[in-house]
Amino acid sequence: MKNTFKYIALAAIAGFASCEPEFENTVTDAGFYDTGSADLSNYVALGNSLTAGFADGALYISGQENSYPNIMAGQFALAGVTTEFTQPLMNDDLGGLLLSGNQITDNRLVLAVGASGSPGPVTLEGEPSTDITSGLTGPFNNMGVPGAKSFHLSAPGYGNVAGVPVGAANPYYARFASSGTSTVVGDAASANPSFFSLWIGNNDILSFATSGGLGVDQTGNFDPTTYGPNDITDPNVFAGAYAGQLEALMAGGAEGIVFNLPDVTSIPYFTTVPYNALDARTNEDFAAQVPVLNATFAPLNQAFAFLGQPQRAITFNSTFQSAVIIKDESLVDLSAELTQVLIGGGLDAATATIFGQQFGQSRKATESDLLVLPSSSIIGQLNQERFDELVSFGVPAETAGQLSVNGITFPLEDQFVLIPTEQSSIEAANAAYNLVISQLADANDLILIDARAELAEIANTGIAYGGGVLTSEYVSGGAFSLDGVHPTPRGYAYIANLAIVAMNRKYGANIPTVEIGNYPTITVHNNTGN
Amino acid sequence: MKKLVLLAVCMLASAMMYAGGYRVSLQGHKSLAMGHTGVALIDSSELVFFNPAGLVFLEDKLNVSGGAFGVFSDVVYQNETTGAFAQTDSPTGTPFYLYGSYQVTDWMAVGLGVYTPYGSSVAYEDDWAGSHLVNNIELAAIFIQPTVSFKISDVLSVGGGPIYVTGNVNFNRNLSRTLTDLEGNRSEVTIDATGVTNWGWTAGVMVRPSENLTIGANYRSEIILNADEADATFENIPNSPLTPFVDTKASASLPLPAEMTVGVSYKFCKKWTAAFDYNRAFWDVYESLDIDFENPNLTDSFNARNYKNASTVRFGLEYKATKMFTLRAGYYFDESPVQGGFFAPETPRNDSNGYTGGLTVNLSDRFQIDASFLYLHFKEVDASYDAYFENGVAAPFSGKYKSSAFVPGLGVTYKM
Repeated sequence: MKNTFKYIALAAIAGFASCEPEFENTVTDAGFYDTGSADLSNYVALGNSLTAGFADGALYISGQENSYPNIMAGQFALAGVTTEFTQPLMNDDLGGLLLSGNQITDNRLVLAVGASGSPGPVTLEGEPSTDITSGLTGPFNNMGVPGAKSFHLSAPGYGNVAGVPVGAANPYYARFASSGTSTVVGDAASANPSFFSLWIGNNDILSFATSGGLGVDQTGNFDPTTYGPNDITDPNVFAGAYAGQLEALMAGGAEGIVFNLPDVTSIPYFTTVPYNALDARTNEDFAAQVPVLNATFAPLNQAFAFLGQPQRAITFNSTFQSAVIIKDESLVDLSAELTQVLIGGGLDAATATIFGQQFGQSRKATESDLLVLPSSSIIGQLNQERFDELVSFGVPAETAGQLSVNGITFPLEDQFVLIPTEQSSIEAANAAYNLVISQLADANDLILIDARAELAEIANTGIAYGGGVLTSEYVSGGAFSLDGVHPTPRGYAYIANLAIVAMNRKYGANIPTVEIGNYPTITVHNNTGN
Repeated sequence: MKKLVLLAVCMLASAMMYAGGYRVSLQGHKSLAMGHTGVALIDSSELVFFNPAGLVFLEDKLNVSGGAFGVFSDVVYQNETTGAFAQTDSPTGTPFYLYGSYQVTDWMAVGLGVYTPYGSSVAYEDDWAGSHLVNNIELAAIFIQPTVSFKISDVLSVGGGPIYVTGNVNFNRNLSRTLTDLEGNRSEVTIDATGVTNWGWTAGVMVRPSENLTIGANYRSEIILNADEADATFENIPNSPLTPFVDTKASASLPLPAEMTVGVSYKFCKKWTAAFDYNRAFWDVYESLDIDFENPNLTDSFNARNYKNASTVRFGLEYKATKMFTLRAGYYFDESPVQGGFFAPETPRNDSNGYTGGLTVNLSDRFQIDASFLYLHFKEVDASYDAYFENGVAAPFSGKYKSSAFVPGLGVTYKM
């Protein structure tokens, strides 16, 4: 009898053992995936904010976890790579940086619903805890430094904390630089990469673009130490820095992947605010003002016509969209002539002078002009600075107020508009940089990811995935974070897939890609008290 | 003896197993050992479930059977494009049954059954690749069935009774593939309903054209479990009017489908009995699992299931080896009610083959010990659930699944 029970129990236990279901070929088995001829045992990613995983105007932990190099490394691990991919993680998910306790960069942006009920980006409240003076010990596999231009990666002292307050060093690199005189590329090379990625050069044109072209196109100036922060880097300077970085990364025989530079003007930062942002259909206050505005501008328009510049006339549409008024510093300055004609027309000298100054280089925006994202919050608003200035000239407050409305009576200033001549400078530099990148990629047998073409596709048609279409639409498109410049985790995941697919082809590897629909986009959150 | 203790401990663990949808075909050891046939077997009070008409033909005046099973069932999932892999860590299920019948007169018997024909217990690792469809689910339903059986003639009997069902369900999933709170914790919802009750009925007929041949048919009605006062609990929700998820009541209904069975058994060579059953489960009632949140700010959840009616064919064989031992074996083919494109990971079932065996030990004329086991074999299957939508766009969830189940069980029979 006892034996019978024993057999039953034994049968049962044998059953439990064989009960675990198993695939014929399990993805977790060694050899299911492989890295082909590539040696991915020590992948080092060099670059700027894009490589670091920057998003929503800040660097923060969950963003870094979704950086494209980290996503790639995660898939490499599925293909049998056992070494850990290290990143200089921030202290928190807020993202602001401290310098000796004082906050020097903002926290990340989140999408909040305002009092009006419409959602918009706001800075996440909270006390950040990442102080750049408490350094990390590298080297790290992710050597992405937000804000870095091509030549910065090769600049000694770029991570010197003492240089941060005066703008001579980078606060992100200062956190993990190996010394006060080290270079980013030197630190990356000292990690002895077996494989690398390099995506650098975006900021060499981007800072010029996002500043609305405030900087200078330095093409022809080969000394980057003389450049301002918003300047366009000379293509030869770019080429020299880029070639030097490749050489350093490849010194130990590493293979790698490089990304070219997308058209910065196709990102939401430049495509969200339309040139004709004044809409009488939705802005009743503006619509009500249109007849008065047109009457006010009538003498000015006559003066433009008299000066042979009728295309500079300022008019607004009371039932539809109207172009904003911008200052175009590439136009001939007609201030003096305008003032004289207006005085000749019977206007008092003081008012005529103000009109002359204000509209001497103004024009209506056209669809060739790109308004930057921050302009959306100031168009139609009072320009306090100009108002105070006019009042100080003795202009009555009421008149001063009428003449200080951004984009309507006070032309939008340079930093809010990227005009066609500025776009041409960017485009020329972008093309020159990309030529360098493709030539160096060819010469060194590197994988080249055509990020420019990919971003153009996202901006033009979108990329379909399981569950949606990835587009460049601000907030809703899924590809770009709330700063309008940097990708979301989903955007970074798409980039990681591009790299993985190219590596599989080049190295005969079989590394799995990721499902981009599983990666988040923007974060919704209302700060307490909102 | 230690092993026996281990077995018993395993069987005490709570919860249940799914099967062919969430049907758990484990309603008696004698029957299970014969491929879960029984609609035409006149053997024990397991007939309370399998075919009440047969109770009146039982030889003894009082028949009591009880038993329980330990369900060891797991699922693996993988997506070869992304490398995603998941393995369930489902709690051990313990379906049970208790039947009794009493011969009141020559032409009438009464009975009572308590059994658990529906249930499910699947637990994936939290936040796995399909966590927007399910993290874990536990469904348990207990059927209580008073029964009466009438002999019309020596060759014909009928029987049946009402069924009272009480059920519980607990279901957790993430709200979407990506929604998190500020710290990146995935937003999730738990639906919990307990003590959901309803009524149904069962009826059967049995024909004995000869001493050795028995034919039976049985029908069990559909029972819809309407959970009107379920608790919906939300966790890790961002602080935003755009995500207005707050704990609320919810209603949902889960159908326990009707089932028709016909079968035949035949005794031969004195010691042998062969049985064949055919089940048809009317799963097409399970069109959609819809969760209606009481809070009007919350979008209700619609989850298409589109089950189809499904058949099971069962074969069983019994051999009365000695006065002490009766041996049994069986096989069944269980057709999945899940249709292509609707393979939801909370009931990841494709067609399966069930292999069964067991024995009865006659300790005395009155007292028996019954044992059985089931091994349920599934082929690995490429499947997808295409009816999940984000912002109106379908986001199919696909991959390879493989399930298996091993179910040992032990019970007793008493008769006098």
